[in-house]
Amino acid sequence: MSRQLLVTDLRKRYGDLPVIGGLDLDVAPSEIVAVVGPSGCGKSTLLRLIAGLDTHYKGEIFVADEKVCGPHPAVGLVFQEPRLFPWLDVERNVAFGLRERDDMLARGLVGAALEAVELTQFAHAMPKELSGGMAQRVALARALVTEPQVLLLDEPFNALDAFTRMRLQDHLLTAWTRYRPTLLLVTHDLDEAVYLADRVVLLGERPGRVVDVIPVAPNRPRDRRDPTLAALRVALLEALHLERDSRLVTA
Amino acid sequence: MVIVAAWWGSTAFGVFAAYQLPPPPVVLDAAIGLWRRGLLQQDIIATVVRVAAGFTIGSLLAMTLATVVGLSRRTEEAFEPTLQALRTVPTLAWAPLLLLWMGIDEAPKVTLVAIGAFFPVYVNLVAGIKNVDRKLVEVARVFDLRASEIARRVVVPASLPNLLTGLRLGATQAWLFVVVAEFFGASQGLGFRLTDSLQSTRVDLMLVALVCLAVLGKLTDSVIRVIEGRSLKWRDTLGEGRPG
Repeated sequence: MSRQLLVTDLRKRYGDLPVIGGLDLDVAPSEIVAVVGPSGCGKSTLLRLIAGLDTHYKGEIFVADEKVCGPHPAVGLVFQEPRLFPWLDVERNVAFGLRERDDMLARGLVGAALEAVELTQFAHAMPKELSGGMAQRVALARALVTEPQVLLLDEPFNALDAFTRMRLQDHLLTAWTRYRPTLLLVTHDLDEAVYLADRVVLLGERPGRVVDVIPVAPNRPRDRRDPTLAALRVALLEALHLERDSRLVTA
Repeated sequence: MVIVAAWWGSTAFGVFAAYQLPPPPVVLDAAIGLWRRGLLQQDIIATVVRVAAGFTIGSLLAMTLATVVGLSRRTEEAFEPTLQALRTVPTLAWAPLLLLWMGIDEAPKVTLVAIGAFFPVYVNLVAGIKNVDRKLVEVARVFDLRASEIARRVVVPASLPNLLTGLRLGATQAWLFVVVAEFFGASQGLGFRLTDSLQSTRVDLMLVALVCLAVLGKLTDSVIRVIEGRSLKWRDTLGEGRPG
C-alpha cells in the first residue's frame, strides 16, 4: 500500500514534559483521518511536527516517502484561526504561497481555489470585511492553492457557531473532492470526526499515543442523520471515557 | 482660527501691550517686509533644507538599524545597549559637542536634526518589528519561505503602522531640533531669525518666524498623515463594521 503520511514511534517533549510518547500513524493518499483525544495530548504538536515547524523530535515522519526535516511544499496547514494577512485582500492572501508569481497559471490557481470555497465574488474584499466563517474559508483556499499532498487542519472550525461549522465541513468536503489531498484533521467535535473521516484516531492522555482507531464505514455523501454515525459517535465517546477511566484506576 | 481670533482680541482689548504681542496685521506687515527684502524666503529655504536633509539621513539610518536589530538577536545584543544608553542623553545636550566637532557649518545642524529624527523612528520600528504576530510569521514558514522573504512580505507590512508613527514623531523632533541648531552660529534660517529678533527686540519678526515654523511643522505632519491613511486602509480599527 502506498503511504502518503507515515509516522513511526514519534516522541516529543517540551523540557521535562513528554507531550507525545511513541505515536504511530499511517495514512493513505486522499484518506481523511480525524484525530481526537483529551486536551493536552499533543494533537496540535503532532500537526506542527508534520508541518515541519518544529524539527526537534525523536522517531520518524515521512511525507510521500520523504523524511520531514522542515517545512515542505507537499504539506499544508490550516490553523485554528484564519491568520489572514490583514494588509492583503482575499485574492492576494490566497496567492501568498505562490511566491508572487503573477502569470496566467497563478491567477488560474487562485481563481480555482476561491471557487472551491465559493468565495469568487469576494476576491477583492479585505480580511476585516469578512465574517469568521468566510475568513476560515479563505485560509482553506490559501492552503489548497499550492496543491499540497497532505493538508493538516488544526481544529479549523472550532471558533465557529454550529451552523457555520456544518457549512464549512461541507465546503471542506467539496474542496477535498476537487484537490483530493490527504487530510489529517484534529478536532474536539465527535460529530465532525464521524461525519468527515474515513478513520478516527483516538489519542490517549499525555504523553499522546494512538489508543484506538475506529473506521467509519458509510460512503460519501453522508447523511448527518444516519444512525450509523450516531452509533459511532457513542462508540467514540465510550472509548474516550474508557481511556480516561483506565488512567484513573491505574493512577 | 481660534488662536488668531484670541490673539487679535487680546491685543485689541489691551491684555498685552503692542511691544509684547503685536496684533496680527503688524506681524503680517513685518512678514511682507521680510519677504520684499528676500530674507523670509532665504530663512525658510535654509531651514527646510536642513530639516529635509537631517530627517532623511536620521530616519534612513534609524530604519536600517531598527530592521537589523529587530530581526536578529545577535545584532540586537551588539547595538541595543549602546543605543539605549545614547537615547537617555537628552538629545539637545549633543549641540555643544557637535559644534566643537564640526564647527558652525551646515554639518552640525544637519547632524543634530538627524539625531532628533533618529530615535523616534528607531524606537517605534524596533517595537513594531518585535510586535509582529508570530502566528502570521508561522503561516509564511509553513509555505517554506526564506527568512529574507518573511522579512519583506510579513514583517515589513506588519510593522508599517509603527514605522509611520515613528516618522511622524521624528518629523516633529526634526523641526524642534532645527530651531535649536540654528540658535548657535547660524546666519540664516527661522531659528536664526528668532534669536536675531530677540537681540533687536523685534517681537513682530519673532512671531513671523514662529508662525512659519508652526505652518511648516503642521504641513509635514499632514503629509505623513495622508500617507498613513492611504497605506494603512487595511487596519481594522475604530468604526469598521463586519458583515454577517
